[in-house]
Amino acid sequence: MASEKLFGLHATALQLRSQRMMMLASNIANAATPNYKARDLDFSKALELAQDGGSTDAAIQYRVPVQSSLDGNTVEMATEQTAFAENALAYRSSLAFLQGRIGTLTRALKGE
Amino acid sequence: MANLSIFDISGRAMSAQLVRLNTTASNLANAGTVAGSEAGAYRSMKPVFRTVMDGAGRATVAVDQVVTSKMAPSKRHDPDNPLADADGNVWEAAVDSAAELVEMVETSRQYQNNVQVLDTAKGLINETLRLGQ
Repeated sequence: MASEKLFGLHATALQLRSQRMMMLASNIANAATPNYKARDLDFSKALELAQDGGSTDAAIQYRVPVQSSLDGNTVEMATEQTAFAENALAYRSSLAFLQGRIGTLTRALKGE
Repeated sequence: MANLSIFDISGRAMSAQLVRLNTTASNLANAGTVAGSEAGAYRSMKPVFRTVMDGAGRATVAVDQVVTSKMAPSKRHDPDNPLADADGNVWEAAVDSAAELVEMVETSRQYQNNVQVLDTAKGLINETLRLGQ
């Protein structure tokens, strides 16, 4: 893929960060649903799978709760919020890397 | 089902939490009301949430049904009450005010969490749109 050479790892990373954000949002949305099992993306495994051109479904895992609740729900707000914040920050850093790459290329094209 | 966007996920969760807040408000508003018969007394209501699955680990939430509590209204002997039956009894609404207040706080917190998720997602999407400018 052409964009692969242009942006390297970061284009894939950004897509996966977005996918993980959706999954964490799903967990937060289902914080009060009985029997809901929280899921998360194993990011490094997903990145490996995505770079080999495969599906990232194998990197989706169920969360092991620190303390299980009686209604069978395994969403723990502290865990989910921390993961969401960390993921948002990583998304921003991927964006910053891409921004830098685009800046470099633009300067090269303009010949300044 | 079509692919859920992050706005669908959090937006629907907010609607579900709002239904929960509405039932809690109804329960609290009816706490302490009395009726002339056991069948006529108010019983607290609770929504039951259900997960709406989508592929690739995405899921949102919907209100499956609103159930009426099995808690029985308490009988009280109050012959002076105009609603009292022939034996002078009235039935008080089956509402646990303390539990409803806790429910209200929890609902409000979870609603806020969803708003925060939407806000963060919106910010990130805006930053992505400005990429390369």
